[in-house]
Amino acid sequence: MLSSLRTGIKGLWRVPARSLQTSSVLQHDSLFVHRDTPEDNVNTPFEFSEANKKRIDALLAIYPEGHKRGAMIPILDLAQRQNGGWLPLSAMHKVAEILNLPRMRVYEVATFYTMFIRRPVGKYHLQVCTTTPCWLRGSDAILKAIVEDTKCEVGGNSPCGKFSVSEVECLGACVNAPMLQVNDDYYEDLTVEDTKEIIAKFKKDEKPVPGPRSGRYASEPLGGLTSLTEPPTGPGFGVQDCFKA
Amino acid sequence: MLRQPLCRALALSSPARAVPLASRSYSNPVPAEPEKVEVFINDKPVYVAPGTTVLQAAAQVGVEIPRFCYHERLAVAGNCRMCLVEVERSPKPVAACAMPVMKGMRVKTDSDLTRKAREGVMEFLLVNHPLDCPICDQGGECDLQDQSMAFGSDRSRFTDVHFSGKRAVEDKDIGPLIKTIMTRCIHCTRCIRFASEVAGVDDFGTTGRGTDMQVGTYVEKMLLSELSGNVIDLCPVGALTSKPYSFAARPWETRRIDSVDVLDPLGSNIVVTTRTNEVLRILPRTNEEINEEWLSDKSRFACDGLKRQRLVTPMMTDSRGNLMPVDWEDAIVAAARALRDCPPNKLLAVAGDMADAESLVALKDLVNRLGSENTCTEQYFPLDGAGIDLRSSYLCNTKIANVEDADFVLLIGTNVRFEAPLLNARIRKAYVHKDTDVALIGPKVDLTYDYMHVGDSASVVKISPRGPEGSALLAYTQELACKLQDKLQDKEWKVLNVLQRTASQVAALDLGYQPGVGKALQDGPKVVYLLGADSGVVSRDQLPKDAFVIYQGHHGDAGAAMADVVLPGAAYTEKRATFVNAEGRAQQTLVAVAPPGMAREDWKIIRALSEVIGERLPYDNLDEVRDRLSEISPALVAYGDVQENNYFAQARALAQSLQKPVSGKLDVQLKHLEDFFMTDTISRASPTMAKCIQAVLKQKDSPY
Repeated sequence: MLSSLRTGIKGLWRVPARSLQTSSVLQHDSLFVHRDTPEDNVNTPFEFSEANKKRIDALLAIYPEGHKRGAMIPILDLAQRQNGGWLPLSAMHKVAEILNLPRMRVYEVATFYTMFIRRPVGKYHLQVCTTTPCWLRGSDAILKAIVEDTKCEVGGNSPCGKFSVSEVECLGACVNAPMLQVNDDYYEDLTVEDTKEIIAKFKKDEKPVPGPRSGRYASEPLGGLTSLTEPPTGPGFGVQDCFKA
Repeated sequence: MLRQPLCRALALSSPARAVPLASRSYSNPVPAEPEKVEVFINDKPVYVAPGTTVLQAAAQVGVEIPRFCYHERLAVAGNCRMCLVEVERSPKPVAACAMPVMKGMRVKTDSDLTRKAREGVMEFLLVNHPLDCPICDQGGECDLQDQSMAFGSDRSRFTDVHFSGKRAVEDKDIGPLIKTIMTRCIHCTRCIRFASEVAGVDDFGTTGRGTDMQVGTYVEKMLLSELSGNVIDLCPVGALTSKPYSFAARPWETRRIDSVDVLDPLGSNIVVTTRTNEVLRILPRTNEEINEEWLSDKSRFACDGLKRQRLVTPMMTDSRGNLMPVDWEDAIVAAARALRDCPPNKLLAVAGDMADAESLVALKDLVNRLGSENTCTEQYFPLDGAGIDLRSSYLCNTKIANVEDADFVLLIGTNVRFEAPLLNARIRKAYVHKDTDVALIGPKVDLTYDYMHVGDSASVVKISPRGPEGSALLAYTQELACKLQDKLQDKEWKVLNVLQRTASQVAALDLGYQPGVGKALQDGPKVVYLLGADSGVVSRDQLPKDAFVIYQGHHGDAGAAMADVVLPGAAYTEKRATFVNAEGRAQQTLVAVAPPGMAREDWKIIRALSEVIGERLPYDNLDEVRDRLSEISPALVAYGDVQENNYFAQARALAQSLQKPVSGKLDVQLKHLEDFFMTDTISRASPTMAKCIQAVLKQKDSPY
């Protein structure tokens, strides 16, 4: 009697839909179509520097005739580095011209790889890893500190134009989580204080020392070795007696 | 892009290489057929050539494997995964479209694993496909719809309680012909492959990755090509649909009539879709010999011109010179009186672009009975030498499909891309897949593939140091072709091909019409009978003041504007009529809709006129007209067949005397895409074609 009443009440509360676990729709923070902007349009001047032209020739020489398009990614990377960390449309056109390819083939590559950035970014592009290991180790706090310090939104540029902040997926430094990539350098084992210090240095255009902040050299255990502490054993270790010479 | 630039560079190093290249042997000894491989499709044994894919092998035993991205005329992509099948001793299902067969392979296309795999793929595709079939134009002819019914699950696990789960993609503006609803796209990439491989415009691609991937042009650019409409047929879902046909009809409401296109000289096979006596759209019909399964944009989309600017009633000029509607009787009597009273040598009949063989023969018989020999077509063709006496001098002798086997193509004074888009697609196919080399004499135009430009001077054609012009150009070309043929191992291969520019020309020449009106016009004709002649070759200024012009045709255009009597005829969708294409293949159109208003079938009008004149033509029904056609040439009624043409040497011998020391520049009329869309009365009346021209011009101003 009581149990049937309970079922009845339960039935009243039951939502008609099945209970489902939903997660937010994940969308990339950049667009995959081009929109003309004052900074990025077909007329944005872009020309490879003389030094880079030599590099391009060297790159093209690597690839056999008929497969020159293989040089597309390195050349796009050159263009991005020359252009202060981002790739304008005119640079893609230039690359298409160099490789003698339809422009669409270059757009396809430039939009596929997330390391090609198709919006103007500041001098320092801060990429904060927020994938699970970093997140477990407090990347949210790091990100929050960065956003507060640089005064720029995630996926945007700071008002001073010096910083850009992106949230990125795993950068492969999980063992030193949480971590932050600034241009080509990794800053690892961060605390909020470390992050603030790093940003303060960048604000003064000084370069903080890259690497782990915890005093580690690389990814070794923090408090000294916990295994493999004894000297290595010699040949014949653990071999059955009958096999010993 | 698909070809190796190295062999390009080697092949096209200097113009002097053209002749040696052309003279290389056409048919190398074919290597012995490799041994066939036995595979089992659902335990049914089948022998296929090694390298065949599982999907093709299955098709040979009549087992159709569902697919979205695979298309037999495009490169294999293997990205939709719909064709997953179980292969024995394979740990997981394999994509049949990309898997080559192996000896003794046992494929199970209907096993539990296969069915489960298909169901899974279908579920994933539908997760990001909107459920908007009721408002989707593809509904009823949608591969996704059909295959989800056939192979999908009967229930859904997708519950979008917050209406936020489905991917949404913004639509692209890719021109006035193709409507895009990119949210429906399932990323099969057929359109991308078609644009890049067949159409030769690399404007389409995928941008982004993963869930953000989208098919498009990245920048704001329209997909403008003379073949762009084919992506509508290729799209397995409703992402790319026809803009002019949008929301017009459902496939099950329409009637489909097999017919033949007449807007270019190839005679592509089409299906005319009609409802309530109205042509709704035109789709290609597969014919491997002519159009494969493609259709040019003009042939496909100009059909809305069939509803506009039509001549629906007979007309006569009144006292003030304005055309006024009259009864058939009055118009026929007035025309008959003019024809009867005309001195025989002052009577001229001119046939236009889209005249069918039946009306051509009726008109010629009538004019001949009245004592005149002046029957002409609008298009010029040299008459000296062999002229039109030998069929081989004015036809595409190689045949359209065999162009794919050519090792070298020399184009003289033609922009084949716009004069015969599907022939150009064939040449491109040969260029891409067979490394065929192409050279062009004539103005530099974009043919969608690389070619060697030999210059635009007609004198390049000559082998001996004398220059040609007009008939001499043909003579030299014949000479060149014969010399090349002598060097070929395969004596059956035809070297000389002439591409006529209109659908009526070959039939008219077969029937004995004189190409070009130049001479006949100089004689100052008293009565001019225009059979759909609208290209402006005949104009009032060239005629004597008192000349009487009779226009018979279906559109009010240049011809009707200058006429004294207008006899409304039927367009190609409205009559059963014979057309002979550029390779000399007779094909017939069928009646899809009735002619509008008081318009009548063309040969019947001429037959009626002959009765009133008193020179009754001896045929009363279509079969009798066709008997008359076969009397003149059996090839005209051998529907679907092509006669082999020969007598190249004789034609060359006859042309020997024509080697005049003249030189000129070769030019083509259709140079750019905007020239392509409006070339005849139907396409000039078509608002869609006008929009296409606008779009091309707009694109020209765009920085992309």
